[in-house]
Amino acid sequence: MEFDVVELSRLQFAMTALYHFLFVPLTLGLSILVAIMETVYVMTNRPIWRQMTKFWGTLFGINFVLGVATGITMEFQFGMNWSYYSHYVGDIFGAPLAIEGLMAFFLEATFVGLFFFGWDKLSKVAHMVVAWLVAIGSNFSALWILIANGWMQNPVGAQFNPDTMRMEMTSFFEVMFNEVAQAKFVHTVSAGYVTASVFVLGVSAWYMLKGRHIELARRSIAVASSFGLAAALSVVVLGDESGYSASHTQKMKLAAIEAMWETHEAPAPFTLIGFPDQEARETHYAIHIPYVMGLIGTRSLTQEIPGIDDLVAESEDKIRSGLIAYDALMTIRSERDATPADVRATFEEHSEDLGYALLLKRYVDDPREATEEQIVMAAEDTVPHVWPLFWAFRIMVGLGFSFIAVMAGFFIMAQIKGMRFPRPALWLAVIMIPAPWIAAELGWIVAEYGRQPWTVDGVLPTALSASHLSVGDLLITLAGFVLFYSVLFIIEMGLMVKYIRKGPQEDVEATEVWMEKHERRMRSSGEVSPAE
Amino acid sequence: MILYELIDFDVLRVIWWVLLGVLLTGFALTDGFDMGTAVLLPFVGKTDVERRIVINTIGPVWEGNQVWFILGGGAIFAAWPPLYAVSFSGFYLAMFLVLAALILRPVGFKYRSKRDGVKWRRNWDWALFVGGAVPALIFGVAMGNVLRGVPFHLTEDLMPIYEGGVLWKLLGLLNPFALLAGVVSLSMLTMHGAAWLSLKAEEPVAGRARAIGAKAGIVAAAAYALAGLWLAFGIDGYSMVNPVPADGPSNPLYNEVVRGGSWFAAYAQRPWIAIAPIAGFVGIALTVLGLRAGREASTFLASKLAITGIISSVGLVMFPFILPSRTNPDSSLSVWDASSSHQTLFVMLVAAVIFMPIILAYTAWVYKVLWGKVTADDVTGESHSY
Repeated sequence: MEFDVVELSRLQFAMTALYHFLFVPLTLGLSILVAIMETVYVMTNRPIWRQMTKFWGTLFGINFVLGVATGITMEFQFGMNWSYYSHYVGDIFGAPLAIEGLMAFFLEATFVGLFFFGWDKLSKVAHMVVAWLVAIGSNFSALWILIANGWMQNPVGAQFNPDTMRMEMTSFFEVMFNEVAQAKFVHTVSAGYVTASVFVLGVSAWYMLKGRHIELARRSIAVASSFGLAAALSVVVLGDESGYSASHTQKMKLAAIEAMWETHEAPAPFTLIGFPDQEARETHYAIHIPYVMGLIGTRSLTQEIPGIDDLVAESEDKIRSGLIAYDALMTIRSERDATPADVRATFEEHSEDLGYALLLKRYVDDPREATEEQIVMAAEDTVPHVWPLFWAFRIMVGLGFSFIAVMAGFFIMAQIKGMRFPRPALWLAVIMIPAPWIAAELGWIVAEYGRQPWTVDGVLPTALSASHLSVGDLLITLAGFVLFYSVLFIIEMGLMVKYIRKGPQEDVEATEVWMEKHERRMRSSGEVSPAE
Repeated sequence: MILYELIDFDVLRVIWWVLLGVLLTGFALTDGFDMGTAVLLPFVGKTDVERRIVINTIGPVWEGNQVWFILGGGAIFAAWPPLYAVSFSGFYLAMFLVLAALILRPVGFKYRSKRDGVKWRRNWDWALFVGGAVPALIFGVAMGNVLRGVPFHLTEDLMPIYEGGVLWKLLGLLNPFALLAGVVSLSMLTMHGAAWLSLKAEEPVAGRARAIGAKAGIVAAAAYALAGLWLAFGIDGYSMVNPVPADGPSNPLYNEVVRGGSWFAAYAQRPWIAIAPIAGFVGIALTVLGLRAGREASTFLASKLAITGIISSVGLVMFPFILPSRTNPDSSLSVWDASSSHQTLFVMLVAAVIFMPIILAYTAWVYKVLWGKVTADDVTGESHSY
């Protein structure tokens, strides 16, 4: 196994995954916003809502297609670049991926065509149902992929089978209702809703600043700010839930994010900012807030959160236990037909730590021949790089709170009669457009970079997971992806900007017909027609 | 939880082998006409409106069709992890080409008509052509290589190792037999695309498609027959040395395999499988006749029969093998030693039984809503057309 191939495979996976996730959050949120708008149209019959549905639907479509297209890469890259991973955990990891296809992809992909082509072929209500099915499909797909990802973070409901040399599923329910997966799902879809809300808000604010499509923009702001406020609150609350579950499932990741070098007596303080120094094992110029970390992490005042040093010592113990399992496994393998019962029993007892022994494969082919020094090095390897996690996390959280503030501000302004928005607020909304994407990408960096050195936490080291490829293979595909994805990105941005500049197609005729009817209705019921 | 023991492990393996075939066939039947249509695009559409008619026949359905491919990948991962691990990493650069083509295609559909420039649109037309032709060819080439056996072995840890350098791994796929298989698949899917356009496009596009499709059908029949003869007399088959327990652990190295003899021995052991190639030839013949006679719906059905027959014939003749190794036959993957665990196969079957009927029902409903020919008025009138 060449180390370079692993690094290049990681780079390629990170790049294609982060690129894919440029499109996913907008799909998740905009599909729902569009469905809400169409529902209002069906309920009120006002053409302006149909116009909004079509306009935001067009932008949704431009974005959706790249989400689908780049998603194919994700589905296949496990086999292409991570073939040992695919063999080792495919029995568990493959299932949610396949169910995602059955339950979600078919739903969204089959109906998205009808959404665009079915305006004249379906009744109003049927078309609205189609819009909701697209939204539900998209969100279901997030559920299953996060169940798969959640298992990589917290591998429950599975155990190693010496006969097949892989992890096998013992309980599908445990995999499905993995607490990490459930918290991640709500956190991720909420982040998608925030992204779409900020996008709709920003584009609408730009129209208001330009004095264009005021009717569409105001209504869009009203929808986006109320939906966005709820979503932004949910993102932060569920982010906290993720932190809480990490405190007992992924202690090392949590300690690294917080740069907690030593175990602090409970309740631990929260480091607001600082400069983590991995060599010296300390955080320079740190600003602490007492008690907060203990409260977030354990929801108690008495429970301790272990620091990095203690966790490394724990890893060392697990490596030694894992070596016992590895030794038993080799005996089982060489004496397949007549394995002594006590060897099997020894293996069962220690098999949970088998993955820790595999950490040594980076240094020696047979982990049993590892020196004391190598064991210490392997234990040290279980600490991820602290400063990128520390800062990525803080920027993400800071942005998260800023979304709450902006959404709350616009929500309040939208409630006041006349809906007047000061120009600086509108400009702020425009400038904010990229922020949710930055937060979402940083979130993934925290989640996945923080999982290192494992692909599956405690089960399979990243260094072992890659395919047997050559550096040449990787360089070809890496260059191909960079080139190809850059071109697509430029085209997509060009089209987005073009369609935003062009604005909605105003359906003048339908609007006049509706206004006439509306006024007649108002007169006959004796009400005064509204000034707008 | 022993619910999964309701169905025996070996039975589940056979069910998932059948479902693997169903998924691949489902992909070829649905996404296949997208690929065929994309291949035909530059030749059957002379003007921009005509080309937009071609694209709009598949515009509303390609996304759903493509899911068959994604689901195929997911199901192989879930039900046949070793197959997924070995084939996707072994065919690394070929897979990358397929990916690039498959990404190009949807983007082409969606973006082509969003700008007016003549050059912009012409470039996308050729991108669509490539996006249809490359995967159609590569899938056939891959099938051809699977029949010959693929140069890989498994280490004792079951890590797949594929032999050959960077370029050889790609160029080595392009051996004459595999290329012939590629011709079968490309011509077959072109014929399928023509049958679709005959059904969905108005004249003169449909007429041109029928003319090309009939020729593609004849090529497909000839190439398929030739590949069959080659397979019977010129390619080694594989067989198990000892009887293999059908419910044993999924470890290919536990079973000894030998290369030699002919795959066609399967026809002597299980004569009923001859129904697959017969369906393939009959289907092609009916499609060619139907295209010439100008019949629409029945021709499309005949084309589906041809594809189902041809794909099934490959799977049936290889049973129980799914991916033989030519350099280390003992590493060959078979139905009995390359599946997921008993429990995973069961869980996946439950999911498939619940969702497949629902998927088929709403897919059928969508096609019904979209029933009818795409006309020039549709393309120029509707703002949401491609």
